[in-house]
Amino acid sequence: MNTFLEQSARLLSFSDANVRYVFSGMMMLGLACGVLGSFTLLRKRALIGDALAHAALPGIALAYLLTNSKSITVLLIGAYIAGVLGILTILLIRNFSRIKEDSALAIVLTVFFGIGIVLLTYIQKSGRASQSGLDKFLFGQSASLIANEVIVIGIVTAILLLASLLLYKEFKLLCFDSNYASAIGFPAVLLDILLMGLTVGAVVIGLQAVGVVLMAALLIIPAATARMWSQRLGMMIIIAGFIGAASGAVGSYLSFLAPRMPSGPLIVVAGASLFAVSLLISPENGLIRRFLRRRIQVKNTVVTNCLRAIAELAEVTGCDLNTAFSLTDIGRIRKWTLSETARYLKLLKTKKLLNFSDDVSILLTESGCEEAKASLRRHRLWELYLMYQADIAPDHVDRDAEEAEHFFTPELEHQLLELAGSDEIKSPHEIEFKGGS
Amino acid sequence: MTVNSNITPPLEIHDMTVAYHRKPVLWDIDLTVPEGTLTGIVGPNGAGKSTLIKAVLGLLPISSGWVKFYGKPYSKMRYRVGYVPQRESVDWNFPVTAYDVVLMGRYGRLGWLKRPTATDKKAAENALARVGMTKYANRQISNLSGGQQQRVFLARALVQDAQIYFMDEPFVGVDAATEKAIIQLLEEMRKEGRTVLVVHHDLGTIQEYFDRLILLNMRVVASGNTDDIFTPDLLRKTYGGRLTLLDSLAHQMATKGGNR
Repeated sequence: MNTFLEQSARLLSFSDANVRYVFSGMMMLGLACGVLGSFTLLRKRALIGDALAHAALPGIALAYLLTNSKSITVLLIGAYIAGVLGILTILLIRNFSRIKEDSALAIVLTVFFGIGIVLLTYIQKSGRASQSGLDKFLFGQSASLIANEVIVIGIVTAILLLASLLLYKEFKLLCFDSNYASAIGFPAVLLDILLMGLTVGAVVIGLQAVGVVLMAALLIIPAATARMWSQRLGMMIIIAGFIGAASGAVGSYLSFLAPRMPSGPLIVVAGASLFAVSLLISPENGLIRRFLRRRIQVKNTVVTNCLRAIAELAEVTGCDLNTAFSLTDIGRIRKWTLSETARYLKLLKTKKLLNFSDDVSILLTESGCEEAKASLRRHRLWELYLMYQADIAPDHVDRDAEEAEHFFTPELEHQLLELAGSDEIKSPHEIEFKGGS
Repeated sequence: MTVNSNITPPLEIHDMTVAYHRKPVLWDIDLTVPEGTLTGIVGPNGAGKSTLIKAVLGLLPISSGWVKFYGKPYSKMRYRVGYVPQRESVDWNFPVTAYDVVLMGRYGRLGWLKRPTATDKKAAENALARVGMTKYANRQISNLSGGQQQRVFLARALVQDAQIYFMDEPFVGVDAATEKAIIQLLEEMRKEGRTVLVVHHDLGTIQEYFDRLILLNMRVVASGNTDDIFTPDLLRKTYGGRLTLLDSLAHQMATKGGNR
């Protein structure tokens, strides 16, 4: 435990040069992937990153076999070439056969990866002195990054970000409306190739730290998370870059603490946690927000329903709205049990729409009276509209109106009033009410 | 606009054939569209109406023939051609605002790598105002109604400030107010001397909306002035076996009596 704390302290002080390299490398990588991933996600090609990463593996193995060198530049060039070949194969299959893009993608991904694994196994069995370490390309080992490799990551990241910035307008157009892009002089095919070319770049610099198997996560998860937080492309890309960088930092931090853990899975776990949290709390469609919205809606429905029940009761009994009504009668209008009625009416009391004159009867407040009248009027207006404009039978309109009136806007109400021609509207169907006081 | 419109029509198609997977979907299309006209492209589903537009705009390869805009190929005349694709062809959940989409109409003029300038932004604002969407400029596009989305697409084409426009089913899925606004806009564009071609489905409104027609069913059945070619015979030829539809339409035409 002591060593764990010491270790953490050592890491967070960034006094160790190696730690600084790895952190900056991983953050740059996350940033580049977040930015490019946003475009590929919106182009609905999220899985292309996965195919490219897998396709790069045989390139690494072949580069090593041919040069016998483990220099990062050589291996990454091999990876890049294989990745580009992967793209071309996908495009060829798509354009010159009847096989659709998703199948083409799956074919390239598995075949290239298979060849890569065969070659890696061959290298390991061949007993070359320097063979160890190539398997880190499978799941990633960020802790083993050295200064040179981080510099390569930095340069490539800079190129990718600059290109994304320059081509921002073009990529935005491509992702939103590729046909229109082609029509106004930005050929979608060319833009797609550019975007994929940049994506291969991001994939290649991530291979060593994240590994081919999980590389796609770094492209997809930050972008998908960012989409939940923004409705603007520019902001989404910035957030995605930030989330990517954060996942990279947290993942590599964890992999320092647990040195024998591959860093790829840790980065994915870090990114996925942010994704899960966003799924819960994001402002537009977060689950919590949706739940709250739903609850408010349900409450509002109950309130208008009760008010209307009271207004209808006043109408059938010929009483004034500001007389006392018994809970039993109100319940009878809606076929509610007494306890249901009491529960609903208590909600109206908290909104100061009514007061309980005693345990079994209520008296609407001034605002309660007005609201009750208004809700009855809205309901009748909608019923009339359905009957006369949409030709729905009178005995069907009641329930439809019940659902629709809660979404009334003042504009719509005004329009309907004009249609109805008068403020006093009779119910188009009979209100069921038997017995009573 | 120009006097020499007789010499170089805005659009001339000669013997164009378009094929998907070697199966021709449009045969030997010959068309000349005169300047300053409002043309409806009419035909049954699968007649190749959208295909015609896409082929003309170079979005689909053509197997034979040629297409000329003001006497030159499309690649040289892009800036004079505006395009409104089908509304369903894009994902309206995309994270952009109505204003962003309209601004895209200026990209073609801007060219590669250049950012929109103040002039472009002003043009986008004006176009939004022209389609009555100023209030919604900063809304994310998924929060717009179908009619509003269609208006955004029209505004995007307007900022292109083109001479000839292609609109693919702009009236599909829009409210009555938007339909009226669009048709008013089309009239304005024609008065400005622009040429507009519109893929249209509702046979009931054709006489009211368009002064010229292209009747299409894998080939050009007829093209010319609406008054001349909007006849039960030619429509029957265009729509093939769908006689019931045509008969009801013929009835409608007979009762309305061509009161244009």
